[in-house]
This record gives sequence, structure tokens and C-alpha cells, in this order.
Amino acid sequence: MNAPDIRMDYDVIASWVGEGARVLDLGCGDGALLRHLKDRRGASGYGVEIDVERVIAGLKNGVNVLQIDLEEGLYDFEDQSFDLVIISNALQTLHRTEKLLREMLRVGREAVVSFPNFAYWKHRVAIMDGHMPVSDRLPYQWYDTPNVRFFTIADFEQLCGKLGIAVRERLVLDDAGQPVTDDPNFLGSFALYRLG
Amino acid sequence: MSIDTSLPADSVGVVAARSAHFAAPLTLKSGAVLPGFDLMYETYGELNAARSNAVLVCPALSGHHHAAGVRADDPSNVGWWDNLIGPGKPLDTRKFFVVGVNNLGGCHGSSGPISANPETGRPWGADFPLVTVEDWVAAQSRLADLLGIDAWAAIIGGSLGGMQAMAWAIECPTRVRHAVVIASAPKLTAQNIAFNDVARQAIITDPDFHGGHYYEHGTLPRRGLRLARMLGHITYQSDDLMAEKFGRRLRAGGRKFSYEVEFEVESYLRYQGDKFAASFDANTYLLATRALDYFDPAGNAGGDLTAAFAPVRADFLVVSFSTDWRFAPSRSREIVDALMRNRRNVSYAEVESSAGHDSFLLDDPHYHALLRAYFDNITV
Repeated sequence: MNAPDIRMDYDVIASWVGEGARVLDLGCGDGALLRHLKDRRGASGYGVEIDVERVIAGLKNGVNVLQIDLEEGLYDFEDQSFDLVIISNALQTLHRTEKLLREMLRVGREAVVSFPNFAYWKHRVAIMDGHMPVSDRLPYQWYDTPNVRFFTIADFEQLCGKLGIAVRERLVLDDAGQPVTDDPNFLGSFALYRLG
Repeated sequence: MSIDTSLPADSVGVVAARSAHFAAPLTLKSGAVLPGFDLMYETYGELNAARSNAVLVCPALSGHHHAAGVRADDPSNVGWWDNLIGPGKPLDTRKFFVVGVNNLGGCHGSSGPISANPETGRPWGADFPLVTVEDWVAAQSRLADLLGIDAWAAIIGGSLGGMQAMAWAIECPTRVRHAVVIASAPKLTAQNIAFNDVARQAIITDPDFHGGHYYEHGTLPRRGLRLARMLGHITYQSDDLMAEKFGRRLRAGGRKFSYEVEFEVESYLRYQGDKFAASFDANTYLLATRALDYFDPAGNAGGDLTAAFAPVRADFLVVSFSTDWRFAPSRSREIVDALMRNRRNVSYAEVESSAGHDSFLLDDPHYHALLRAYFDNITV
């Protein structure tokens, strides 16, 4: 996923990662975030990825990658065995959202979740025009998208409330990667949360 | 015009096996003591000045030291893992010094049942002591000493070879930097031991077996070894692959209402069995299957694999294959979980393959890309 401001996302997440933290990155892609956290914060840990090409890319990046299907849950991982469990721009690609969020906070002391905001105004305009949105943050056509859950900032916070998950920090970004404070569910295209 | 006998550019070329003699006695796990022993080995590539680029290739059940290249006297005798090892291949001999070994108890030149018992001058036969995976590691570590290798850059093995890589990481933690464990398991299941026992019974009940002293009788338990291999071969493949390769196809002539070879799969299995029985020693087969049965590092640690892996310092790559039912992906996950619980660096891949357990010997593009990516990142 080649959002233009992906480094910005990584920097935000890095700022939430303690020095030398032990992290688990779910849907780690090519391992670039883990690599970033390793280089910047001395973090260690594992990435989880289902796609073999990305597992190969992760190995090339010199990070630990485990080819596991997240739809199975996190049964391999022990309670509270990580400082932080991250799911960066991948929650929307998985079916069992509630289970996964609960599992993340079983395995990690804290969790970081980032996702594209479906209610971003440009997405709303696309729907008003009669089409599913295609944007930098949702760069797929409806017929080839890996996304299976479509939700908004408001939806996500409602679910956290229902699950009793506390939001410790939130950062919402616009398309230019700038922080959004006013009406984030309308003006923000991407959201990052620190939960625990 | 000369006949072109050149080898592919990514072949290690013509290789010669070497034999090393180790004079000091070796006490085995069983308590038996080998007065001394020989190991056959081959090497590919050059050991660097820092002696930091050595990779040990551990053989599986029927493997040996001839892992890559060809023999001068027989250019058709290509090493069993030649698709992996060579200049430009995933295990690149321009970077690594690769060592192949024939294990203790083997039948390709290392001390084993067919070699002479120094006390009697006659073949050991059934008197050759049972050896364990840990005994193999002890013998291989003497070879490492001889070659001046303090620590292997990596130890790689599939199946029983993967068990040796694990045992190295447990027994000699400072001597292995990376362990690559493919299509393996932390111990055999009851079903796996059962298959091994049927194979052994086929050999032991062959009238030509003579309690393992068939050399003295001038016979070979070929029928038993052939059956053992046929059985093994079925379990190393997947149902899907056999359906694809043979289906229910009949050989020319169709049904004859006989017990002759009528189905293609029968022809194939008998061919494989005959080929193996003509080239492998039955006592070695017995011994190696027992080594498989006995391997159980967790068993030495109260059944706790995490505790068994506590001494491990190596980084691991663990690979399984989707249709491998003899060493299923779930068994590899046990290895991965125990390593994670020890906070070791470990990566894991489950490669989609239709070829069952034998996949580890094939050159599936994803499988080899994984190994290449991993080996490329090993510093030497």
C-alpha cells in the first residue's frame, strides 16, 4: 500500500514505541515498518504476513516474519508477551475484527491500529456521485480490493467503547499527511490509534 | 569437434569426496563406545580467512555427503541437493563454504554397518551401535574441529536433516549462528513411528536378513528394503500429487485380472523400491529410522520444548509445505512457538506445494526465493 505519506505513519508509530520494545506487527507487508522500528527504536519482534511474496520481501528486509493466517487468531502467542501489537493499515482486510482487537490486547500490553477512514469527505463525494471511493488511502477498485471491512473513525471508536478498549492516543491525518483536529471523521483520510 | 561435457554455470562442478578419520573414542547416547570412526564429506566453495562462512548441510534419511556437483567417474551422479547449492544458487558457493556429510551409521563410506569392525575385521552388520541425532551432531562437531570451523554460519537440513540442525542449536549453541529447519518436526508422532516400524518389520522379516548379518551370508534383504522404501515413498508424497502423476492409469494391456504390475503407480513404486534396494544398506535404513523415532529434545526437558530450546542462541528459519502430511506444517509451528517463547529470532514460511514431504528436495520458486533471501542476509 503506497500511500504518499507512509513514512509519516511510521514516524507516528515509532514515537509510540519505547526504546528496545518488543513488538508484533500484524499484516507486516514487506517488513518496512518493523525495519523502521528496529533501526529507529531498537525494537525487536516479529511480523505476521499471509502472502508468501511479502514474507520473502520481509526476509530481504532482515526482519523476522511468520507466515500465519491472522483469521486463525493469535493462538501461537502468549498472553502479554509483547510490549506492543501493531496492525498498520491491515485491520480492514480481516474478517474477525472484534476477535482480533481483543487478541491484540491479550498478547500485547498496548496496541496500535491504523486504518483508512471510509467517511473521509472525498470518499463521501465518490459515493454521492454513485461510485465506490478510490483514493490514495483506498487505492483499489471495488472488484479487486483486499479490504473486507469498511468502517469510519466514528465506527471504530464505537467498537472500542463496546469492547472496553481505552483509546490512549489518536492521530488523524489528511491526504497530505497533515494532522487533522477539526471534524476528523470528515476531514481525515487516515487514523492512527494507540490503545490499551 | 569435441563432445560438450561442460556443466551448467551454476554447478559446483566435479567434486571429490574425502574421508576423515577420528581416532578418539566416541561415547554414544546408548552408552556404547565407538573406538574411532570415519566420516565421508564433500566441500563446495572456499572457507574464508575468518572461517565464518561455513554452512553444514545435514542429510535426511537416505541422504549422504554428495549434496552438490557431479562425480568425476560418473557425471550423471548429481548431488541430492544440487538445485540449492552452487554459484548463484540460493546457497551460493561464491559466498559460502558448504560441507556435505555422510552420517555415522551411513552406507556411503562413513563408519557404519557395512564398514569393518576394527575388533573383528569383518563388517559390523547388526553389531553397529544405534546412533541418535545427538550422536550425529557429536560426530559432525569433530568434523567441524578438523576443518577449523568454530561456528557454522548456518546449518541447514530437511526432515531428519532439520532435526540435526535443531540438535546442533541445542547441543552446541555457540557453534551455530543460523539454523534452517525445513519440513521437519520437534519429534515424530505415533503415526510416523508406526510407518517406520512397518518399514523395519519389512526388512527384519525378510528371510535374507539373517538378524542383520546378511553380509556374512552373501545375501541382501532386498525384498524387505524395497517394501520399506515403497511404503516410505507413498508417505513422502501427497494424495493430490499421486493422483496428478498416475491417477488410475493402467499400463499398456489394461486389466489382466492378475497381481502383475497393471497400474502406473505400481510400476513407479516398484521401480523406486528396486532402485533404492540396489543402492542402500538395510541396516543403515533401520538405524536411521530409529534415530528419527528417538529424536525428542523436549523429552529430555520434561516434555517442554520451550525449555529444551532454552540454550539456543541461533537465529532460525523454519519452512514447511502445505501438503506435507508426514511432517505437517503444524509440527513446524511447534518449533516456531518454542523459539518465540525463548525470544529467539525466527522466521517461518508455509510454502504452497502439491508435492508433499518431498517438496523440500524440489526447487519451487517461492521456496527457493525464501532460502535465497535468508542466506543473502547472513553475514560472513
